Amino acid sequence: MNFLPLWRYQNQLVDGAIVTLELTVISALAGLLIGVAGALALKGRIAPLRWLVRFYIELFRNTPSLIQIFIVFFVLPTFGLKIPAFEAACVALSLYFGAYSVEIIRAGLDSIPRNQLEAGQCLGLSGWQVFRHIVLPPALRNAYPAVTSQFVLLLLGTSLASQVAADELFHVAGFVESRTYRSFEVYAVICVVYFAMAMGFKALFAIIATAAFRWPRRR
Amino acid sequence: MRSFTLIDFVSLFAALRWTIALVVLAIAFGAPLALGLAMGRISRFTGLRWAMAGLIQTIQSVPLLGLLFFFYFGMPVFLGIQVPAILAVTVAYTLYTAAFLGEIWRGGLEAVKQAQWEAGACLGLSAWQQFRHIIAPQALRLSLPPTVGFLVQLIKGTSLASILGFVELARAGQVVSAATFQPLLTYALVAAIYFALCLPLTLWSRSLEARLDGSR
Repeated sequence: MNFLPLWRYQNQLVDGAIVTLELTVISALAGLLIGVAGALALKGRIAPLRWLVRFYIELFRNTPSLIQIFIVFFVLPTFGLKIPAFEAACVALSLYFGAYSVEIIRAGLDSIPRNQLEAGQCLGLSGWQVFRHIVLPPALRNAYPAVTSQFVLLLLGTSLASQVAADELFHVAGFVESRTYRSFEVYAVICVVYFAMAMGFKALFAIIATAAFRWPRRR
Repeated sequence: MRSFTLIDFVSLFAALRWTIALVVLAIAFGAPLALGLAMGRISRFTGLRWAMAGLIQTIQSVPLLGLLFFFYFGMPVFLGIQVPAILAVTVAYTLYTAAFLGEIWRGGLEAVKQAQWEAGACLGLSAWQQFRHIIAPQALRLSLPPTVGFLVQLIKGTSLASILGFVELARAGQVVSAATFQPLLTYALVAAIYFALCLPLTLWSRSLEARLDGSR
C-alpha cells in the first residue's frame, strides 16, 4: 500500500470534486423544479397530465440510473441531438432526482390537514396567504428530511456519470489509476472524499434545519 | 455491424440470471448482517450503539460504485491473495444491503413501544423471547414496505456490477448495443426488463404501506 504517488494528482482530484459538486447542485435544482411542477400537476384537475406525471415517476424510479444516463448519452445522438457527457449526465440525473422529488413534495403538501386550510380561510386570509403562512412552512419542514437525504444519494449517484466520461471525481479516479497503477489506493481516497462531502452536506443540512424550523413540533 | 436478432434478445434474458443471482447473494448475506446491525443499534451498550451507527453512516455516505471498486481492488490487498471477482462484489453488495436494511429495521424496532418490552418482561419472558415473540413480529410488519422498497434499489444497484465487467443485464445491454449499433432498441429493452422486475415490487410496497396505514 503506497499513497504517495497520488500526491501529484491532487489538483485533478480537487477539480473532479468540484465538477461532482456542480453536477449535484445543478441536477438537484433542476430536479426540484421538476418536483414542484410535477406535484402541482398531480394535484391539478387535468387527468391526462396526472397520468403523464405518474408514468414519468414510475418509469424513472423503477429503472437504474445508469441505464438512464446511457439512454440520454447514447440514444439522443441517434436523433441528431448530440450533447456532451456532463450535460447528458445533468439531464439524466435531473430527471431521476425529479421523479423522487415529485413524490416527496406531494407528500409534504398532503401532510397539511384540510381543516387548517379552512381555518385560514375563516380568518379571512387570501388563497396566497393561506399557502404562504399555513401550508408552506410545515410542508417544507415535513419534506425537508426526505429532500436532503435524497440530495446526498444524488451526490453519491453522480459517480455514475463517470461511465459516459463526464469529468467528475470518479472519472478522475480512473485517470489517476491509469497513470499510477495504484488502483486500491486511488479508490480508497475517492471513497474518503465522497464520504467527506456527504458528511459535510449532512452537517450543513442539520444546521439549516435547526435555524429554519424553530417553531415547536406539536403542543 | 449486424441487425438486432432473436439471439440478442435471448442474450439479454440470459444475463438476467446474473442480476438475480447478485440480488439473491446480497440478500442472503446482507439480511442476517442487517439484523445484527439493527439489534446493535438498539442495544443497551452505548459503545456498541455508536459503533453500529458509525458503520452504517460510513457505508451510506460512500457511493455504491466506490464500495464496489474499493473491495474489488482492496480484497487482494487486505488478504494478500487474489480473490474471484464475484467474492469482492458480493462483499460490497452485502455491506450495502446490510447498512440500508439495518437502518430500516432499526426504525421498525424502535417504532414498537417500549411498554411492549416491559409487558413481555412482566410475563416472565427472557430478553430474547421478548424480542422473538413480541417485538420482532410487530417490527417486521412495520418495516416490510420500506424493505420491499429497498429491494427495488438493490435490483437497480446491481446494474453497477456491469462496470466491473460482470455480464449481468446492464452489461449485456452494452455488449448487444455495441454489436448491433442499435442503442435505442437495446437500452429501451434493458430498461423495460428492469422496469418489469421493479414495478411489481414498487406496487406491492405501496399496497403494504396503505394497508398498514389503515390498520393503525
